[in-house]
Amino acid sequence: MKYWRVPLDSHEVQVTRGHVHIIADRCKGCGYCIAYCPREILEFSKAFNAKGYHPPVVKKDDCLNCHYCELLCPEFAIFSIER
Amino acid sequence: MKPAVLTGEHFINGDVACAEGAIAAGCRFFGGYPITPATEVAEHISERLPDVGGTFIQMEDEIAAMTSILGAAWTGIKTMTATSGPGFSLMMETVGLAVVTETPCVVVNVQRAGPSTGLPTQGAQADMMQVRWGSHGDYEIIAIAPSSPQEMFDLTIIAFNLSEKYRTPVFIMSDEIVGHMSEKVVIPDARKIKTVSRPKPTGRKDKFRLYKPGPDGVAPMPSIGEGYNVHVTGLTHDEKGYPVMSVDTQKEMIARLLGKIRNNLDDIIMTQEYMLEDADIVIVSYGVSARTAYTAVEEARNMGIKAGLLRLITVWPFPEQKIRELAKRVKGFVTVEINMGQICREVQRCAGIPTYLAGHAGGAIIPPDDVLNILKERF
Amino acid sequence: MTENPQNVHPLEDLVRMDRIPHIWCPGCGTGSVFASCLTAMKQTGIPYNQFAMVSGIGCSGRGAGYINIDSFHTTHGRAIPFATGIKMASPDLNVIVFSGDGDLFAIGGNHFIHAARRNMDITVICVNNLTYGMTGGQVAATTPHLAKSSTTTVGNPETPFSLPFLAYASGATYIARWTMLHARDLADSIEEALVHKGFSFIEVLSPCPVNFGRRNKEKPLDTLKKYYENTIVRNGANPAELDIDYKKGVILGKFADIDKPTHDEKYKKMYWPDEK
Repeated sequence: MKYWRVPLDSHEVQVTRGHVHIIADRCKGCGYCIAYCPREILEFSKAFNAKGYHPPVVKKDDCLNCHYCELLCPEFAIFSIER
Repeated sequence: MKPAVLTGEHFINGDVACAEGAIAAGCRFFGGYPITPATEVAEHISERLPDVGGTFIQMEDEIAAMTSILGAAWTGIKTMTATSGPGFSLMMETVGLAVVTETPCVVVNVQRAGPSTGLPTQGAQADMMQVRWGSHGDYEIIAIAPSSPQEMFDLTIIAFNLSEKYRTPVFIMSDEIVGHMSEKVVIPDARKIKTVSRPKPTGRKDKFRLYKPGPDGVAPMPSIGEGYNVHVTGLTHDEKGYPVMSVDTQKEMIARLLGKIRNNLDDIIMTQEYMLEDADIVIVSYGVSARTAYTAVEEARNMGIKAGLLRLITVWPFPEQKIRELAKRVKGFVTVEINMGQICREVQRCAGIPTYLAGHAGGAIIPPDDVLNILKERF
Repeated sequence: MTENPQNVHPLEDLVRMDRIPHIWCPGCGTGSVFASCLTAMKQTGIPYNQFAMVSGIGCSGRGAGYINIDSFHTTHGRAIPFATGIKMASPDLNVIVFSGDGDLFAIGGNHFIHAARRNMDITVICVNNLTYGMTGGQVAATTPHLAKSSTTTVGNPETPFSLPFLAYASGATYIARWTMLHARDLADSIEEALVHKGFSFIEVLSPCPVNFGRRNKEKPLDTLKKYYENTIVRNGANPAELDIDYKKGVILGKFADIDKPTHDEKYKKMYWPDEK
């Protein structure tokens, strides 16, 4: 997330962290999770999945466990778990 | 509050008797839409259902009325709707859904003359082929034709029992004359009324298969909320109820849908015979016209014509075997029906010997003289 | 990845996993709406066997086939009367109608307005993709004026329905509109609608890249960009001002949340006055 100023209490805020799980073979490659991840941590894999689509992969380990990708994914192919 | 079974003697019309029969059979939901001459069924049952803990709703059209009774049936209760020609045409869509999802329900058609708006207040029996073939695709249904208000009561109970036993829509093919005619109706003691409920599944829920037939070809039916997590679809489906778009699945599903009726004809078909033993002309009739036919047989006998009556209480499935057997030993058939020759064609198909129609385009009963004239002129 | 070594998606207990992958095309939003709906059901905490889902025909009509509860895939347009029958016979069940704009508002339009008028206590979720997707992209009652479809190749000469306005005029007591991109708001709204007593209606704008987008020069991510940039959340907005016009901004939010006796409550009160 990009701040236009750092909040005064930012050092006190406990931020949850998540692990992204991708069930690659379910993906149909719409790219919605990649385009709308608030942390922009996903990108298309260069590899193909079993269906012939490029599933997402995690490009930086910066998930805040917001579950947005989990809700948005039409294929039940991505979710996050708190670490 | 009144009890479900109004034991005693009543002077009521056929529509009201039908509504009482439904309640006595255990019907607890009715989705309706007003239409002459079936409205009295809805009016009476709307008043009576709350007495027995049931509910009534008047839907926005007949499609909705019939669809609502399917939804309600899946909660585990017995359901019914009633209509006449124009509404029956609208229900045809949902008839297919009821057949293919194997949802028990009873549909009453108090027939009036058509096509289209036709003669709303005058009777006919011209929806007999529509009830058999009106929805698209291959299927079998059960249709019953009452001849009197008493039978509107008795046969409605039988209709519910058959629909529950075979998980299929059952049609009561009444007509304006029987529907609006008032006669004595005797409602028996509640304990004397035999009612049947759909087969229920037993065993492990996770192993349950929605359309796995029991020994009689009928699959047990769970209700919503029992934890079977059923999926019910109008698409061609496998034993699990899941859509499968294949020739083999279609073949298997249709075979079972047809089979559960065709393999149980002896249990389903009801006929009544009068003076058939020595008859050489068979009068085939059903519903209100069977009353005409009965009089015609009596008058024919007085004139020395050996006529006998085969009354079809169950019109569909058609008692093909019975007609074939009779055809071997009689000179011919006459059907008496208020249409231009619907069941007549069916008799012709099975008989292969001279078969004539005593019928007309609708609006009144067939006079016995019409039958007698045919007997005199043709035989 | 230690917490969930099986890689089990949290919604899997509500999905018939033996039927996945579903039929919805890549980029179709129906799956997203479906996921929000399942999430909302979980959020209510209501046991799954107290729900029933009914769908009609069409792409989103297949929803009932993927949810692992008692579910009914009915005839075209008739999901609402089927649901009405269930609700009348068993008022304690939570009945969800999950279907599309063609099913609910063209062939099934009459059933929609009457169920809303009765305040039948069901939740109707309409996946509005502005077209008949399953049959190949024909013009719908929701297709924008001038938009191209396979039966209006030059452009749609007709004017579309404003679904929340129609719902409002018909008497619905909970009305909201979201896009599939507003997945969190949508899930929370569906949860509210499920708990709401009375007829709830949620319109969800959702892309049909294959049959609508393709003809109207709109890639799936372009559609989502419009959802992101050209929508305004305005709860309580005037239902008469909810036409879909991305130039002036499409209004999302909750437009009605009215407390009114439901059909089954009224029936019970009038026909069984002695019962509590």
